[in-house]
Amino acid sequence: MRHLLDIADLGGREGIEDILELTDRFVEVSNRPIPKVPALRGRTVAWLFYENSSRTRLSFETAAKRLSADTANFSVGVSSVNKGESLRDTARVIEAMGVDAVVVRHSSSGAPHRIAGWVDAAVVNAGDGWHQHPTQALLDCYTLRQHIGDLAGRRIVIVGDIKHSRVARSDVDAFTTLGAEVTLVAPPTLLPPSLEGWPVTVSHDLDAAAADADVVYVLRMQRERMTEALVPSLREYTARWGVTAERAACLRSDAIVMHPGPVNRGVELDAVVADGPRSVIVDQVRNGVAVRMAVLYRLLGHAGAVGEDDIDG
Amino acid sequence: MAERREVTYPLVIAGGEIVDANGRRRADVGIGADGRIAAVGDALVADRSLDATGCVVLPGLVDLHSHLREPGGEDAETILSGGRCAARGGFTGIVAMPNTSPAVDSAAVVRQVLDAGREAPCEVTTAAAITVGRAGEALAPMGELADLGVRLFTDDGSGVQDGRLMRRALEYGRGLGVTLAQHCEDAALAAGGHLHEGEWSARLGIAGQPAEAEELMVQRDLALARLTGACMHFQHLSTARSVAMVRAAKAEGLDVTAEATPHHLVLTHACCAGYDPVFKVNPPLRTDADVAALRAGLLDGTIDVVATDHAPHPAQAKERPFDQAPPGMLGLEVALAVVHTELGADLGFDGIVRAMSVRPARIAGMADQGRPVDVGEVANLCVFDPALTWEVSADDTASRSRNNPWAGRTLTGRVRHTIFAGNPVVEDGSLA
Repeated sequence: MRHLLDIADLGGREGIEDILELTDRFVEVSNRPIPKVPALRGRTVAWLFYENSSRTRLSFETAAKRLSADTANFSVGVSSVNKGESLRDTARVIEAMGVDAVVVRHSSSGAPHRIAGWVDAAVVNAGDGWHQHPTQALLDCYTLRQHIGDLAGRRIVIVGDIKHSRVARSDVDAFTTLGAEVTLVAPPTLLPPSLEGWPVTVSHDLDAAAADADVVYVLRMQRERMTEALVPSLREYTARWGVTAERAACLRSDAIVMHPGPVNRGVELDAVVADGPRSVIVDQVRNGVAVRMAVLYRLLGHAGAVGEDDIDG
Repeated sequence: MAERREVTYPLVIAGGEIVDANGRRRADVGIGADGRIAAVGDALVADRSLDATGCVVLPGLVDLHSHLREPGGEDAETILSGGRCAARGGFTGIVAMPNTSPAVDSAAVVRQVLDAGREAPCEVTTAAAITVGRAGEALAPMGELADLGVRLFTDDGSGVQDGRLMRRALEYGRGLGVTLAQHCEDAALAAGGHLHEGEWSARLGIAGQPAEAEELMVQRDLALARLTGACMHFQHLSTARSVAMVRAAKAEGLDVTAEATPHHLVLTHACCAGYDPVFKVNPPLRTDADVAALRAGLLDGTIDVVATDHAPHPAQAKERPFDQAPPGMLGLEVALAVVHTELGADLGFDGIVRAMSVRPARIAGMADQGRPVDVGEVANLCVFDPALTWEVSADDTASRSRNNPWAGRTLTGRVRHTIFAGNPVVEDGSLA
């Protein structure tokens, strides 16, 4: 794996499982009193965030620092995009700096793919447009394994704005690769225009779809969708597709609830559910750091098992 | 015969096989000092001879749809550089699109484009905008522009959204004897879309524009053509249902014509899989079924014309993410080779001549283009070697731009010589 642009770059089940196994090692590192190892000492990781993201950025930065990598921020404002700055110019600059990896977030789908074509550095997609957010999917897989074990044959409902969601696309790829049965639940306006080639089933009825689910994965409902006539109102959205306390009470007793954050409390997910016993949202965030350590290590460190020197405290 | 052998022609195209509206025949073509064809026959004696052995000699090609970017977009292309691309592609006549800056919507800009066109190694005429500034609000001075020789009016780049205004334009244009051409796209339905809405837009996570955005305007304009009795040309059709509607309209007897581009006849939205904006174009590349329908439409005559929609963009414009890059791709230099490679077996050179020379010349009102290779005609010729295979390189171009979606492809057949008004403007593949 030279870059991590989408889940397919991991090369299927074995590649995903490799990262999840590596993550175990880095969870252990993260639990140490001094959670810092020399694995990536002398390597430089640059942040190229064209879109605001305090959470993902913080998670990656923590991961890099725990691996002793040097980090540098290529601060790109929205303004440089608006000025029509060529993506290639930015890639040229990164190349000239000689960084080892660049973590890219961009509001345009495919932007990290374009950059990967122009640089020698490893490119990690930290979310591109509506397309992919592979490290989110990996941390979701890791969290799922912690809570429900093997995903084979497990029923996962993903509910919400699938159409505009990079999380949904990555999760569908990763969950189904690991053998889960995924059902997408949304009004037709919030589904992609075509689901050709997607190994999923689709429903417009959350109650029916979630009744026997092992997992309900709730997507963030962005308020700007209101202006695009995709749903009549947030109130109606919550009533039909929100995970309310009443709806959560009807789930299977062992079902868990996930969300990529940040939660619009009271819109797609009731606060009581978000903070309740079914919710594994905090675990998702916590696991994010270790998963991103595993990804950076795999891209910049070594193939195979973790060298003991690398994670020697 | 003995007498004719004594005549020496300034230029002879020797050893080729002529294919024109009158069929196929082996003959040399002798060209006189006046730039007209002086003789068609065997073993003509020449001051200067261009070898056409193994080649077909076609009437020079005519492109109904070239974006030459001048005035205003000279970093992408000029009338001269675009004209040089045309010559390299075997075109001896091209119609410039009016979506320049300023738009070709006034006598001054028409004159500017036509004047600049006189320096080009092919005949350059221009289409003019239907509405002032292509803003879709008020009619451009169509009569004044028609008096300057404009035969084709279009707001290309967008369609005229207001049905009432389009009706008036068609009615008014009918009185002038001009043709209105439409880029069919319902702006509201297409808004924000960067590729065909479907399997690939869904996978890639980029907003698409549905086929129906085109089809709704095709449907409306066919109704308006029926209402007004006007002559109407449909630009770069891209969907199966558009083809079906135009087919039905022709059967009904409406005075309509249609074009398709080489890229819509060959490429699909799957080309966008790598996020390379060189494959971003408007209308967008669509599905295999649409490609098949366009090809069937070309073969049965529903699609009258193959037009390039040559749309240069400077490198930096295409070095942005897919959704931020402008739509458009180069086409003039490779159009004939692409059509020959992909459709030659079905279309034949007689079909190619019809779709890329005779009919576009007629629609564009270019009297000296698309004519048979006969004595007395202006010598506008394309000499094409159908056997040569070559790999397209984006850098091997006369264009100021490099957005060539065919780069890296191996094509069969290449333009060897182009003769414009009796002058060899391209010889053995190189601009004179």
